Amino acid sequence: MEINALLMDSGDNVVTCISEVAAGQQVVYRSGEKTIALTALEDIPYCHKIALVDIPAGGEVIKYGESLGKTSEVIPAGHWVAHHNLFSVPRDYDSEMIPV
Amino acid sequence: MQFWGYKRKEGRAGIRNHVLILPTCACGSESCRIAAGQVRGAVNIVFNTGCSDVAANTAMSQKILTGFACNPNVYGAVIIGLGCETVPHDKLREKIQSMTSKPVFSFGIQDEGGTLKTIEKAVRAARDMAAEAAMQQKELCDISELLLGIECGGSDATSGIASNPAVGELSDLLVDMGASTIMSESIEWIGGEHVLAKRASTPEIHNQIIQVCKDYEAHLEAAGQDCRAGQPTPGNKAGGLSTLDEKSLGCIRKGGTRPVVEVLKQAERPTKKGAILMDTAGYDISSVTSMVAGGCNAVIFTTGRGTPTGNAIVPVLKVTANARTYQKMEDNMDVDLSAIVAGTKTYKEMGAELVHVIGDICNGKMTKAEAFGFSDIAVDHVCRFI
Repeated sequence: MEINALLMDSGDNVVTCISEVAAGQQVVYRSGEKTIALTALEDIPYCHKIALVDIPAGGEVIKYGESLGKTSEVIPAGHWVAHHNLFSVPRDYDSEMIPV
Repeated sequence: MQFWGYKRKEGRAGIRNHVLILPTCACGSESCRIAAGQVRGAVNIVFNTGCSDVAANTAMSQKILTGFACNPNVYGAVIIGLGCETVPHDKLREKIQSMTSKPVFSFGIQDEGGTLKTIEKAVRAARDMAAEAAMQQKELCDISELLLGIECGGSDATSGIASNPAVGELSDLLVDMGASTIMSESIEWIGGEHVLAKRASTPEIHNQIIQVCKDYEAHLEAAGQDCRAGQPTPGNKAGGLSTLDEKSLGCIRKGGTRPVVEVLKQAERPTKKGAILMDTAGYDISSVTSMVAGGCNAVIFTTGRGTPTGNAIVPVLKVTANARTYQKMEDNMDVDLSAIVAGTKTYKEMGAELVHVIGDICNGKMTKAEAFGFSDIAVDHVCRFI
């Protein structure tokens, strides 16, 4: 099966599609040595993300092993994740400072 | 690794030998454009500021103008001013002459009696300077003389996945050879600043990285603005970058993995060698302007959606990992990194290939933007004109 999506970190809950994916098509990505497939439940544009698992409303979307922000609605596995259902949350800079 | 460059008395070598026609303010820009058009070997800057500014804006403009003249790619400068601007031509010339022994001449349009008389004098000065510059022989320089600016613009999801990691690898390889790199665009550290800060070589630098982001947000908030309203841009979103955090986490990968040795203010010159950061806007043209003023002699620029941008003083090498963009905009793209996305090459392999491409650029190969003669600049502003 040809790869059409990339997983950036083993802890991610989304992959990035490297070709357009129509609803009903398979999204195929590599995770370590394994090749994994899931079915897209809606159209995913080129370069856009698809949820690998059900993400609750207010849940975090993880890519590169880091949080991209929080969801504004439930995003079931196989659905498109983008700016319409994901928003950035303010940082807590003071908590990131380290003792000098 | 070595390259053939132009040694300068004040230190680092240039990879170009331009005569720079430099306006003091917007009112001198058009005369500079016409004067540069008359002299082979001359380049001009279009400047949108330099007058009717608060002190902080004037300080920024002056850092940019003096930084441009002192950039190692510049042989000498011919300044054209108006006469009533905040810092007139003779004062700017004296300031530049206090920083460098390069030849610098200046003329004022009001003093000379209008555009034509000023252009005549500026063209004669630039012509003689270009003739002298042409006599300077290239010499072998160590790669440690290179200060590479690292920029991204028109990003999409391929930037963070492929082209930025490849350029990060390039940065690591160059730093290991003794060269220095600057990654800027501090607004695009936000959301990934905790990851970037892990590269700090000292606890102070760790906190400086966090503080830059905190201060940037506070600055915008003081004006009632929110960085998340403009970032990501509509093009970024269409390209699959949904939040500022996602953009940042991809952006910071272009700086590589080596310890950060210094965090510079905008348009400042580095005092250390190695992997360096500069606090600039995420606006790519403004960021490149500031890094060139800080002394970069070349810029590598990753893009997803494609951009034509170039700079008059330094070559801007544009690379993309988006195969469609490379095909559609081949006239503007220098290197195709899409093999990384396709899985046929790794980002590390392509990063190593980029070392040779940068070597060629240092030795004189023109980038596509350079061949077009592009001269984009944008000077960052603290607040409104007055």
